[in-house]
This record gives sequence, C-alpha cells and structure tokens, in this order.
Amino acid sequence: MARTILPFGPQHPVLPEPLHLKLTIEDETVVEALPTLGYVHRGLEKLCEVRDFNQMIQIVERVCGICSCLHALCYCEGVEQIMGVEVPRRAKYLRTIWGELHRIHSHLLWLGLFADAFGFESLFMQFWRVRERVMDIMEATCGNRVVVSVNVIGGVRRDLSPEQCQWIEEQLAVSEKEIKQLSDTILSDYTVKKRTVGKGVLTKEQAYQLGAVGPMLRGSGWAQDARQTGYAAFGELGFDPIVEYDGDSYARCAVRFRETLQAIDIVRLAIARLPAGETAANVSGAMEDDTPKPVSAGERRDIMQAYNRDKRHRLAAAPPPNLDLPAGLVAAKVKGKPDGEAVTRVEQPRGELMYYLKGNGSKNMERVRIRTPTFANIPPLLAMLPGCELADVPVIVLSIDPCISCTER
Amino acid sequence: MLETIPLSLEAVRDIAKECFDEGWRLVTMSANQVGEDSFDILYHYDKDLTMKHYRLTIPKETVVPSISPVYFAALLVENEIRDQFGVCFSDIVLDFAGALYLEEEVRAMPFCKVSVAQKQC
Repeated sequence: MARTILPFGPQHPVLPEPLHLKLTIEDETVVEALPTLGYVHRGLEKLCEVRDFNQMIQIVERVCGICSCLHALCYCEGVEQIMGVEVPRRAKYLRTIWGELHRIHSHLLWLGLFADAFGFESLFMQFWRVRERVMDIMEATCGNRVVVSVNVIGGVRRDLSPEQCQWIEEQLAVSEKEIKQLSDTILSDYTVKKRTVGKGVLTKEQAYQLGAVGPMLRGSGWAQDARQTGYAAFGELGFDPIVEYDGDSYARCAVRFRETLQAIDIVRLAIARLPAGETAANVSGAMEDDTPKPVSAGERRDIMQAYNRDKRHRLAAAPPPNLDLPAGLVAAKVKGKPDGEAVTRVEQPRGELMYYLKGNGSKNMERVRIRTPTFANIPPLLAMLPGCELADVPVIVLSIDPCISCTER
Repeated sequence: MLETIPLSLEAVRDIAKECFDEGWRLVTMSANQVGEDSFDILYHYDKDLTMKHYRLTIPKETVVPSISPVYFAALLVENEIRDQFGVCFSDIVLDFAGALYLEEEVRAMPFCKVSVAQKQC
C-alpha cells in the first residue's frame, strides 16, 4: 500500500508548544513517527557559565513554569549535596507542600487539556475551574501563581503561618470534593473511554526498556516514583506510588487523576506534621543576613490586589488567609562555593527529573545538566505511535503530557 | 560526592549490554568539557531507584560507540550531545547528523567552552 508522509505539528490544536512529528501513514494507520525538535531551544544549561550558582535558581525555575518549584528543588538539593548543607526539617516540609501543590495544578491542567483533546470542552473547563483554587493558594502563599520562587540554597524563602495552613486545608477540601465529582466523567464516561482505552499502548517491558518515566511508567505497571527516594520530606512522610496496569492512554489518565487526590493527602499530611523551626540553613556558617525581613509594602499590595482581583473562586465561608507573611522569611545569601559533582532526582508531575551538577569552586557551576521527563518520554512515544489510527495521534501525544519547554530547556 | 565507575571506549557498548541484561534502566547521559581537549561523558543507569554512573573520558575528535542499539532511549541524548559538544557517535539508530537542534549552517558547538567546529562523523 502506498505510504504518505504527514506532518503533525509544530503548530497543532492539541500542542501548546511546538513539536513536529513526521508521520508515515498507510491508509489511516501510522507506520512510523520521527520527531523534530529545536523550535524553541533556549540553551538555559549554558547560562550557568554567566550566572552564579544562586542566580541559577531563577534560571532553572524558568525551564518550565508548570513545574518551576520542582526544578528549583532538584537544583538546590544538588548544590546542597555538593556543599554539605543540611536543610532544616521545616524547610523540607514546606518544599514538599509547594512541590505537591505544583503537582495538583499540573495534573488538573493536563486533565483539562486531555479532555479538550478529545473534544470534551465542558470537562476541560471544570478541571481548569478547580485548578484556579490551587493557583490561588500559591498566589497567597508565595506571591506568584506559577513561578513561586520559594527555594533557595539551604531552605526556602517563605514560611506558612498556622492561619495560612488552615486556609490551605479548607481550600483543598473543597478542591478534593470538586475533583471527586469529576471522577465519574473522566474515568467512566463512554465517550472518554472510547477515545482512550486501548489507545497508545505501552507494555510494561517497553516502558522500562525505553526509559519511560512518571505516569507513563506507572501507567504501564511499574511502581517507581522518585518520591520513593525520600527527597524533601518524603523520607519522613512515606510514599506509595499510584500504579495502573493497562499501559494505554486511559491508564495514564487514571494515574494522573488518582495522583491529584494523593497529592492533596500529602499536602494535608505535611501540614499536619509541619515541624517548628528555621526555614533556611546557615550555609557554611556564613549567611550574610539571617534576620527576618519584613514584607515590603509593595509585596503586601501585590498580594492584596491578587486576592481582590477575582473573588469568584473563593469560598464565602472560608476565612481569608493571613496576608501578613510570617516572620522568619530569610533571604539566605550563601557564602562558599560548590566544588564537586552531584546527581539529584525529584518527581515532577510529568515524571522523574534529573540534574547532574558540577561545581569547580568558583561562583559559577561548571555544568548544569537537566534531564526532563518529556525528554525521556519521547522515545516511548515513538514506539507507541506505529500501528495506531491517525485520528488517535493527538490523544496519544497528549497522553505523555508533553512539555516542550522542558525538553528544549 | 558523586561516585563514578571509569569506563573505557571499547567497553561502552559491552557495559551497556551488560546493564540492559541485568535490568538497569538508562536514565540519561551527561557530557561535560574537561579542559580544552577532552570531554567527560557520564552514563547514568538506574535499577530499583539506585543509580550507578559510568564515566568515559575521551579526547576531542573521538567517535564514541552509540548505545542506542542497546538502549533505544539513548538516541535523543546522543544526538543532543552531538549538537552541543560536537562529540560524534557511531551507529546511532536515528542519526540527526548534528541537526537535532541546530541548523545545518551552524559551524560552532554551542556548549563547548573553547569553540569546536562542527565536524562530520
């Protein structure tokens, strides 16, 4: 049968970012898929040569907005490992809380986009409506909705007051209820299952051998998650991965949906066990400014404006958060230079994120190498597409939760 | 500190095959320029959340055997290292020939501290 080569992307309705796949099709069946990357490559890793190792936190946060907190966490843990910094327990718990909030909003974003990919617009809007509440939590606690910038070498630059913790729990309780209300639709609806069950199957063996990570790996039956390594507070909180076994688009969707609810539980647990204490370590005994800095008038105004901007997403019954960000917000300025190598891993919403860091004793890192989850999930995607129907390609591509911003860091 | 296992050029593919047979997953590879004339290539493997790292140190102009025939997942990172550092790999299952990210007319390797010209493998 004659073969036709069809371009998929770089501009496509299901792709928020540019990725090109050259699809070879026979009739309506894909027989080969070849990727083309590089449309938005930024060379951020190279910036470590001109930005010092503290400034690199801001750079790595911008590798990907959706999981900015986890990029910074992975980088900071690597530098801390090289410098032998012990992070205070409270900071570890706070990192866990913001990291899991990122997972919740990322998964809700994806669930909405996934519904949109197969034309379920109302479901898309419902998931994004719930997501707004999580964005509000981040805005209230960090001052930003997406790039929260809480991680510093040795700890975090923000703290949570008891009032804020209580408010977060109340907001999450409402979010959990709203998410559960959508479970029947996303997991049991006929039209959803028709478009996802059996589509883009990645067998358990393929998933492992092709280096799949995150929900791609766990949707194919592997109980592997970087959170099991015990980074941040996971060593104390404990963690069991969510696993599905069918390896298809539906299984990956189910993993993400269940992980969203699991992340809410993790945040609750972390808040319940949040220890008292410092939020940042005195790195090398040479922190220049360890006195609490008051919240500036501009910062307070920004937070107030953010909260007054859109009241629709807030519960009338919910008490407002304490906008006086608590004392102890230390902008740690680190002395000493990283000298050595480290490899660190954290679990991004999309999968395992790995940083290889090398310092040479100067203020600049010699090498910052970032292996993002989408980069790891592209080879499995190339193996999933051959044999599928052309009409299923958008859903299958979206089922890996592609982040081209991460891939082309 | 990161503990690495030294790796010789001849053993790259054999070690990869050995790791594959023992159930190690390829996490990724990392390249780093060492001085003006050599590169470190680290192979990161994972099994049951335990990692091991092999370090291959090569002079520039060395052609490294690709491990993509063993680990298909290596194809992207090997092409990336080729684009960024100009290190060539032989027998990549899908060879972009230095054009994964770069345009064909690009002559310098963007991640090298000392400019290294684009070369054909």
